[in-house]
Amino acid sequence: MQKKNIEIWVGVFVAAGIAALVMLAMKVSNLAAFTSRDGYDVIAHFENIGGLKERAAVTVAGVRIGRVKSIVFDDKTYEAVVTMHIDAAQNRLPLDTSASILTAGLLGEQYVSLEPGGDEKFLKQGDQIKLTQSAIILEKMVGQFLFSKAAGEGKKDEGTAP
Amino acid sequence: MMDWLQRLGHSSLGVFERLGRGNLFLLRVLAAVPSLVLRPRLVIAQLYSVGVLSMTLILISGLNVGMVLGLQGYNTLVDFGAEESLGQVVALSLVRELGPVVAALLFAGRAGSALTAEIGLMKATEQLSGMEMMAVDPVKRVIAPRFLAGIFSMPLLAAIFSAVGVLGGFFVGVGLLGVDSGAFWSQMQAKVDLQDDILNGVIKSLVFGWVAAWIAVYEGYDAVPTTEGVSRATTRTVVHTAFAVLGLDFILTALMFGND
Repeated sequence: MQKKNIEIWVGVFVAAGIAALVMLAMKVSNLAAFTSRDGYDVIAHFENIGGLKERAAVTVAGVRIGRVKSIVFDDKTYEAVVTMHIDAAQNRLPLDTSASILTAGLLGEQYVSLEPGGDEKFLKQGDQIKLTQSAIILEKMVGQFLFSKAAGEGKKDEGTAP
Repeated sequence: MMDWLQRLGHSSLGVFERLGRGNLFLLRVLAAVPSLVLRPRLVIAQLYSVGVLSMTLILISGLNVGMVLGLQGYNTLVDFGAEESLGQVVALSLVRELGPVVAALLFAGRAGSALTAEIGLMKATEQLSGMEMMAVDPVKRVIAPRFLAGIFSMPLLAAIFSAVGVLGGFFVGVGLLGVDSGAFWSQMQAKVDLQDDILNGVIKSLVFGWVAAWIAVYEGYDAVPTTEGVSRATTRTVVHTAFAVLGLDFILTALMFGND
């Protein structure tokens, strides 16, 4: 009887450990989001991807429909080639869909946002998204803003000086 | 001066001697492990004393650590208006670091010291020599099952610790402090990766289990067979395991998470 009790408790222990591992895998990590593996890849060339990372979200109308699969640099066009993996269920994206890299919030992660066009044909495996808009680099924006501000003030000075 | 040098030399020789004996002992234990396939009951009995009896401690500490993480993380994150990231903070720190490390330290205190004391007392009361007289190899019969049980229970204990900790963080963050429950889980799931975080955490806890079990059985087997010797060996188990786990943790973290 004693021995049986010990074995039951060991069984409880092992089951609890495995349950904890499963909970960590399913509930805490992104395993559940990866279950829909099948889908198709589309590529897009960007002049500048900013801080886009692999596995970043690809969204349409704010809804995540895929992930960035790989980012490589093309040394012929000097552009970044972003390969996106779109879920198989989303197979009705028009061929003239445009892609832009946006930032979630002011300091958030960068993601790819797709804007459907009006073409009757749909994107399929290996297609390229032609219309792209690069990431907005905050430093450049600030630089431009300061520059235009300074230029504006310079003009104002010229106007009021005489 | 010469005296001092001699003492330094003596103690370093002692350290290397112990390390060498420890490694030889590990080889003997590993050679004895395959024979356990025939007698799984020995391992199950040890799993009870090493794993099941540590579970209460692990559950309570995991819950508390998770709740504290939830509280402290919230206080910092709320300044940036980023309290939705609480789930991510709690889960990542538990799965990557606190789960394996704290569980290993608790394991050393709860199970490692018990193993050392048990084996040391067996040696002091000449039970081990008695077994040898009966042509029973004490390494096969006593040491190897305990070693294996330690390695096996450590990842399970660490996983239980992390899972309960995440729940503790959830109770405090969502229940007490009013973080949105959906954001808590979705931020966590978006940032915790199965392979990078959870698998690496499991690998860490396996390594720690290996080291903690090795130190515990070695210190017991190597103890001076007196009352004082056993008590010293028990202390050494806890101290050395803590050093080894924390040192190894830095190396493993640098290897696993250093390059991104």
